Order: sequence, then C-alpha cells, then structure tokens
Amino acid sequence: MRCVFSLLSAEQSQPVCQNASFIMKIIVKRRRGHLAALSIAAVVIMVGVPLWWRTTETYRAWLPVSQIQELSKLQLQLSADVEVVFSRGTVTPEQQKKLPLTQTQDEEHRVDEDTALSYRYETRYRTATVMEEDALNQPTAAEADLSLHTLSESPCGSLVVYVIPESSTLLPQDVDVYIGRRRTAFLRIGAKMRVGRTLEQLLAHMEPRVKQVLQVMSFSHTDITAALSDRVRLSPGNKESIADSMRAFKSSPGYEITFSLLNPDPKSHRLHWDIEGAAQTYIQPLLTKLAPVANFSMDSQTLYYAVLGVSPRFDSSRSTYTLNADSLAHVINPVEARLGSNAASSNPVLNFLLYVPDAHHSPLYIHDRKKQEVPSNAFHSPRWGGIMVYNVNDFYGPEAVFPVDINIDMAKVMGVFLAQLRLLLGVQSSSAPPGFLVAPCGTAGLADWELDRLMWSRSVENVATATTTITSLAQLLDQIGNIVINDNIAEQVSSAVTSLQLAVAELESGNLGFALQYSKEAILASERAFFDPSLLHLLYFPDDQKFAIYIPLFLPMCVPILLSLLKIISDARQKRRDKQAKKD
Amino acid sequence: MEMLTLLCLFSTYLLASSINIEENAGQFFSSGHTNNWAVLVCTSRFWFNYRHVANTLSVYRSVKRLGIPDSHIVLMLADDMACNHRNPKPATVFSHKNMELNVYGDDVEVDYRGYEVTVENFLRVLTGRLPPSTPRSKRLLSDDRSNILIYLTGHGGNGFLKFQDSEEISNVELADAFEQMWQKRRYNELLFIIDTCQGASMYERFYSPNLMALASSQVGEDSLSHQPDLAIGVHLMDRYTFYLLEFLEDIHPASKTNMNDLFKVCPKSHCVSTPGHRTDLFLRDPGSVLVTDFFGSVRKVELTMETINLTGHIKQWEESAADGEPRKETYSYSDQLPVSEIIHQKPKQKDWHPPDGFILGLWTLILLVFFKTYGIKHLKHIF
Repeated sequence: MRCVFSLLSAEQSQPVCQNASFIMKIIVKRRRGHLAALSIAAVVIMVGVPLWWRTTETYRAWLPVSQIQELSKLQLQLSADVEVVFSRGTVTPEQQKKLPLTQTQDEEHRVDEDTALSYRYETRYRTATVMEEDALNQPTAAEADLSLHTLSESPCGSLVVYVIPESSTLLPQDVDVYIGRRRTAFLRIGAKMRVGRTLEQLLAHMEPRVKQVLQVMSFSHTDITAALSDRVRLSPGNKESIADSMRAFKSSPGYEITFSLLNPDPKSHRLHWDIEGAAQTYIQPLLTKLAPVANFSMDSQTLYYAVLGVSPRFDSSRSTYTLNADSLAHVINPVEARLGSNAASSNPVLNFLLYVPDAHHSPLYIHDRKKQEVPSNAFHSPRWGGIMVYNVNDFYGPEAVFPVDINIDMAKVMGVFLAQLRLLLGVQSSSAPPGFLVAPCGTAGLADWELDRLMWSRSVENVATATTTITSLAQLLDQIGNIVINDNIAEQVSSAVTSLQLAVAELESGNLGFALQYSKEAILASERAFFDPSLLHLLYFPDDQKFAIYIPLFLPMCVPILLSLLKIISDARQKRRDKQAKKD
Repeated sequence: MEMLTLLCLFSTYLLASSINIEENAGQFFSSGHTNNWAVLVCTSRFWFNYRHVANTLSVYRSVKRLGIPDSHIVLMLADDMACNHRNPKPATVFSHKNMELNVYGDDVEVDYRGYEVTVENFLRVLTGRLPPSTPRSKRLLSDDRSNILIYLTGHGGNGFLKFQDSEEISNVELADAFEQMWQKRRYNELLFIIDTCQGASMYERFYSPNLMALASSQVGEDSLSHQPDLAIGVHLMDRYTFYLLEFLEDIHPASKTNMNDLFKVCPKSHCVSTPGHRTDLFLRDPGSVLVTDFFGSVRKVELTMETINLTGHIKQWEESAADGEPRKETYSYSDQLPVSEIIHQKPKQKDWHPPDGFILGLWTLILLVFFKTYGIKHLKHIF
C-alpha cells in the first residue's frame, strides 16, 4: 500500500477513475507476484528438496539389523551326552532295578553382560551288556579300550564312561580314571560305596568324578571362556590359561605348515631327509583327522648356510655346546628373514625347523633354566612354530672324509614336530587331575576326545568371533552414514546371520559336527563382509565443510524465495490490520 | 602380634608367588604379544623432501636391526630419492651429514612405492580391506597378539597430514581406522609415532584402547629439520627422527630400556619444538613397556618337554614308475607374457562413441552466438 500511496502522491493531478484502474492493475500485479513466489516456493519445497535428498543419498542395501542385535547378546548352550555304564559288581540288584535312567543337569554361567553360557549334561545310566563285560575282562586297559571300540562307536561329542569295580585289574593301584584313545573312560569306584545305598545316593556320590571326566574329555568352563576371548577381554586370571591362549593359533579356515632343514655347514655334512615320506606317514594322519576343523597345506625346503643368531657356549664339564633358554628368543629372527612363505594365501604359517649344527659346534644341546639338558632338544615359539636341534656327530668318527652323507632319523624328528604341532594347534590341554591316567595318543597323533575338545572350543570361538564381527560391522555402517552398502555385502551379512543362528541351534542340540560346520561358514561370510574392499570410508566431512559446500549453491536461490514469502506474510498481516481498522 | 604373623604370611606368599612366576612365566607376563609388525610411511614427494624419505628409512633400518623381518614390515615411500636424477650419489640415502650413514643399503624392501602411497591404500592396509589379489607382502596380517609400530612422516597441519601433495588424511579418519582395527582385534598394542608439523593434533582424536602416541611437535609448532648437507644440497633428516635414531642405535635386542626413556628423546633444547606423547589409552604403565616390545621382535619361547613316540616305518611311495626310473616332471613356465605379439600388434579398433558433452556444448555455444549476431534466417543454409 505504501507504493500505491507514493504513486498516488506523484500523480496527484490525474482524474480519480484513472487512479482506480491504476490501483487495480497494481493489485493484480501484486497478486500475480504473490502467486509466483508461492508457487516457486512450493516447487522448491515439494519437488526440489526430495530430489536433492534422493540424488545425494548413498545406496545402502537392507541389513537384518534386529537379528544382528539379537545375536550381540550371545546366549550359548552347550550340550554333551554322557553314557555311564555299570559293569558287573558295581551295582547291587536293587539298584539295578531302577536302571536304565536318564538325568539332565544344567549349569548357568554369566560371563559378562552380553554373554551367557549354559552347559547341559544329559547322562544316561545303564548296565553293561554281555559283550561289553567280555571286553572289560581284557588284561590291560588299552586292549579293553580297543575291543570296546570294535563293539560300538560313539558319535562325535558324546562320551561313554565304564564304571568298573575296585577289584578290577584294568587300572593300576593309584589310578582311578583311565581315559582311552577314543571316547571311552574307565572309572573305578570303591566297593564300600555301593553297599547299603540307594541308586540316587550312588549317583550323587559318583557325580563329582563323572564331572571331572567330562571336564577333561569334553569342555571345561575355563576352556570355553578362553575361546570367547574375542568377545570378552578377561583380566589376567589364571597364568596357565594366558600362556595357553597365547600359544595356540586363532581359528582360521586354513593353515600352512612348512618344514625347513637348516644346514649351516654343507662342506661337512650332506644331509638327506625323506621329508615327503615322513610327512605322509606321520603328519598326514593327524591332518586328515583334523580336516573338519581346517584345511592344511604342507611344504618343505632346505636352507644352506643358515646360521642361528646366537653363538653357543662351550660347556667344558660335558664337552658339549649349549644354548641357554634365555638366548633362545633371539635365535628365530635372523632365520625367519630367510624362510619365505607362500605369497598366494593369507593363512597363518606354522614353521618347523630342523637345525643340524656345524661340525665345529657339535654336539649342541639346549639347556633349561636349571641347566639341565632338554630331552627333546627342541623349543617352540607361540603362534610361530618350532625348532629342533639334531646332532649328527655320532654318525661319523674323527677320520671321516668330509662331506659325510647322513640320513636323518625322521621318526624321532617327526615325533618332536608332531608334539609341537599339537601344542600350537591347541590340542594339548592342561595336565590331567590327580588319579587320572591318559592313554598316549596313537599313530594318528590325536585322540577322538581331543578332537571333540578342539571342535567344542573352535565352534565357540568361531561363533564368538563371527558375532563380534557382524555386530561391529553393523555398528560401523550405522555410524558412518555415507558408506555405500552393496547388495553382495548385504547377502554375506544375511548368510552369516543365518549360519550363526543355525550354529547356535546345533550347539544346543549337541550336534557338534554340524555346529562346527555352520560356525565356519558364519566366520567366512562375516569376514568376507567385513573386509570387503568397497567398505572404505574415505570421505569425512566435518560440519563446517558441509555448510561451506551447500551454502553457495542454495543460499542465492533461497534468499529471494524467503524474502518474498516474508513480504507476502507481512502484506497479509497489513491487509488484516486494515480490515480490522475498517470494521472498526 | 597378629599383625606380625599376618605380615609374615603375606610376605612368604608374595615370595612364593614371585618364585612361581619366575619358574613358569618367563617373558609371558611382561607383555601380551607374540609377534611384531611395523607400518612405516613417508607421505611426501619431490627432491626437497629428501629428509622425509631418510626419516622413514632410518626407522626401517633400526626396526630391521632389532629383529622385525621384512615380511612383517610394510614400508611405504612416496618418492624414490635413491634413484632420483638429482641425487649426486645415486643408490644412497644418507641420514647424517658428511654422508656417514647410508640408510638405503642393499636389502631395502619397499612395499608401496611412488604413487601407490595414497590415503586410500594406507587406510586399506590398516583396516585390511584390500582386494583379494593383493600379495602377502602388501598386507598387514596382524592378529590379536601383535604389537604394531606405525610411523608417519611428511608435511602436516592442525588435524591433517598431507599425502603426495594432493590429498590429506584427517585425524578423525585415522582414529576411526584404529577403532576398526580394534573392533576386529587386529592389534594387541599400537605405538603411533608422527614426525610432522603440529604432529600432536593427529593423535588428539584417538579413542580406542591400547594406543600410545608420540609426536614431534605440539599444535601450533613446526617440526624443524636437522642439518643440510652441502654436497647433496638438501636437508638430510628431521630433528626429532635424528635424535630418535641416535637413541635407537644404543638399543640392542636384549636391552631393557623402557618407554619413559623414549619420551625423553629430543628435548626442546635440541628439537626447538616440544615433543608430545599420549598414554592415557594405554593399559600398561609406560615404565614397564620395553622399547623392544614395539621396535624389536623378541619372541616368546617355550621348551618342548613332551614328544610323541612314533614307531611306524615310512611308507614307500607307490607311485614310482614300474620300470624303476624316477618319474621325470617336465617343468615349464606358465602363462608367459606374449611380448612379441604385443609389440607387433596393430592398434585396436576403437568403438565409435557419440561426441562428448563438452564438444556438444561448445558447438551449441558457437551456433547460438552465430545466430544471435547474424539472425535466424541463416538457419536454412546450415540444415
């Protein structure tokens, strides 16, 4: 209205009707201007803003976030089946009437706020059949174990405990429990335990022993919590368990084993070792048995003029050269630079080195901290491999013509390497409780129950690692809004989640083989998703940079729109005020 | 009286447990790592940034001398100084004036060289998100028991580090990368050393556990170079790394020097800038952390006490040929590059593409101007 008044004041001399049409034109023009401004604002807000939003958003495929969050609260249940078989002379006839009997025990442990473990033991008690009684009548425990094995084979993850009377001659005097090579154990109970008691009292009395056997042969709480170390960083509790967890390799889909022969003195010794045959005969059975756990590939090499980084000391009392336990730590590094590895795969490598000392420093023995000779003359390094020193000075006399041909006794060497391999793979567990006799593992190098133990801890470890990977991936993708999530990543994540759920279900129902398989699939899928090369968040935009980019683009466009909108509002308000004034 | 007996019991318990520790533990409890890795990055190119390459190579040399093998070192050099046209002494990179110390040597293994040193590749190495075709030497294959040393040098500013004179990495990106490493447990402990201007700003944003950081200068300060060499014509090293190298020359694989001594390297009187460090995210006390925990590679060792008795004989190979001759395997090279074909081949027929947007726009502009000036009636002469 202000500009109308100013126009009117300028054209004061004009007739009234001309002024009126002039004002009408101005009003129409103003309304057209208002409509234009309003429609531009409407187009910008309703079409422009969504278009800008859609074109600048990144493609993010859908992820099963709710299921991932469920998995982050891990509730693992491990089930083990135990069969306790009473042989003749261990139960009274009244007690026998109540057999066979099945009992279920549950144990709950809460590790931390996100992880809970529960163990379920299903124990089935029964009496021995006639054939089993015959088998138990063998002279030694090992033969009894063998004949029992021919009768029936326990499935993976289950145990059979045979209860034998005190009078039995299977076990030596001070031993109460014998753990065989497969999945059987012999437990001796005292005669006075069964007389005058009901079955329940007998079972209650036996329960601690049976539980001990279970902890040695299946899983114990310390092993499982050690396997969960990816999820739960435990404060240093048991020092043995720390050493164990540092020594064994983490679960991986494949491993590479390299055997190296180090010959620092080819002028004196010409060494021959039948590594192919030895590896096939001695190591391959173990690797075949471990096939459900991981893939293994073996190779070998010979290194000449490879020296240890430490010079050994001469011990005049024994006239041998010695390596102290303290100096062993510096032996590995100079050698490792020359070992080489398979460039094609990223699997962890286990190195086994056989070092034959040169003629001037033979014989070479490793001494422990108490200055005693180590019988195996070998040492190993956690998560790396092992080194054995093989002395050949006995093979030739002082008048020999150099170079001397020497055939290395592979059985002895492989015995040491096999023991080190078991340790490094996590097969060897802590020492058995007192009163237990553990059968030495056979030529396969691995007892069935040791394989079960490994499978339990590997399954739990895989499940724990896969859940942390998936959870942290979901968290990462949630936090960083401008990472593109491709379809293949979403697919991998979904398949990882499915495999995890299946693995947890199989662990609950006690199918160890399937549980391990699903857990391996889960880990593969989750690692593939997490380490996908496309998930690189390279663009970090701090807020001030975002403003700096958008303001020059949008501000020049928005200022006229905003100002015209404000003008429309102020005009409308003015009109309303005029109308109020007119009414009054 | 009771307090005395209690005290006696307590002291005997402590004594017993300490003896036990010595017997069982050895080096296990001084640190929780079993292997060492090092990622050494030089981010600047051009001949006048000779000192950054010399910095990185001297740290590489010390780390190798103290035991970390090449397979566990990822060395990234953004430019080649040893074979640079302006190098008066080719195949050498010196770190002391009067050319006392050649840090290039003859066994340097550079994993990322030249233009491969980018922010993207650096972050990919750290987080492990490399394409599957990447060879082992270019990967950081660390696990949850690895101690990693990360050394960065170049030109930096408040909150960023310049790569190759064309891009930057910010401190937030670096902190996020370390967090992703922690999530996947790719390190046990990490030592981060940076020698740039305003280096302390790069570790301000860290938030993952088990990180210790050292920088050559505080925010607002510049890191200065040490000494020019008149024969080569450039500055040979930066001050902080020069004194760091001097400190490391006194360390041998069995030394017990701890981190507190490392923090004292290069005081303000020598360095002109104030070196800084950050240990609040580190769980252990820095006084108990050995320098060789990060710079060297001291292996934990256990004696093998048990062996397995193997009695079977070695199975003879049944695959030996029936006529007794050893099976001859003919070896041949696989997939040779057909060089002669490549040299002599004709140029490939390129598919025809419609003209590009730029050309179209240019022609439209020219036509518009023409018709504006001369009028629309000339249209019929064109079409």
